[in-house]
Amino acid sequence: MTWAAILALAAGTYALKAAGPALLGGRRLPDPVTALLAPLPAALLAALVAVATFDGGERLVADARVVGIAVAGIAVWRRLPFLTVVVLAAAAAAAARVAGMA
Amino acid sequence: MRVDRSVLAPALSLALAVGIFGVSFGVLAASAGLSLPQASAMSLLVFTGSAQYAAVAAAAAGAAMPAVVLTGLLLNTRCVAFGVALAPVIGTRWSRRLLGAQFIIDESTALALAEEDPARARAAFWVTGLAVFGCWNAATVAGALAQSALGDPRRFGLDAVFPAAFVALLVPMVRRRAHLAAALAGAAVALCAVPFAPAGVPITLGALGALAGVAAERRA
Repeated sequence: MTWAAILALAAGTYALKAAGPALLGGRRLPDPVTALLAPLPAALLAALVAVATFDGGERLVADARVVGIAVAGIAVWRRLPFLTVVVLAAAAAAAARVAGMA
Repeated sequence: MRVDRSVLAPALSLALAVGIFGVSFGVLAASAGLSLPQASAMSLLVFTGSAQYAAVAAAAAGAAMPAVVLTGLLLNTRCVAFGVALAPVIGTRWSRRLLGAQFIIDESTALALAEEDPARARAAFWVTGLAVFGCWNAATVAGALAQSALGDPRRFGLDAVFPAAFVALLVPMVRRRAHLAAALAGAAVALCAVPFAPAGVPITLGALGALAGVAAERRA
């Protein structure tokens, strides 16, 4: 890893992060765009969950993470506090690994 | 800016979890031959865990530097979508836009967008961004210095922490039919893209799920 690569990655990443706030600011977007942005968080969050749960590099895998997420789902459904949900999920995934899951 | 406990608790628990990943990033960076200043510079300036991991791993695997940079940037294309969604939360002041941009990460985006009230969303964004920034950087230094056999963080189920946290944020959001449609479509698109698209891009493509949300809203 060279310093040039680190700085290029930093500059490029900052540009990607700053694009939205710099170009939009607090400006009101046209209505069709606003209508598109309302469901955007749900779509992005669900994509994050799905990829973080099943991503196995170049293919999808179902490993101990799935057990953790399933437990998280039940915990959220039972309206347990945020921290409890996260701890239960990690414990469930760790237990599944102890039991031999990948 | 008023910050109440219901905003602080999720932010701090996510920041702690990120800290543990930060230690493992420090270890990885040190074992891939990065100096402590280099590892720290990445965590301070790049500040997106997944891209840092991917770039260091690619470099360690012998990839050419342009390919290393490209890997990290592709992974971070999702930050554009995050930035668009967060622009109203960050607001119009240029100092905030330029500083806030650096704190646009998975965790701050997730917690800020989960809040409906604008003031709470703003608090969630900044508190999460700053808390994660502090933990991530301290942990990177600790990991790079230690670089001992800490073992695989997966052993403690830590790779389930992030998706679980995001599930906790997502569930209240999808009580609206249109948002449920968007979430299902976004997850489906992202998963279908995993085998074909470079790492990070599937999440960006998941943004297309918003179209299903719009369609569901129209039909309702």
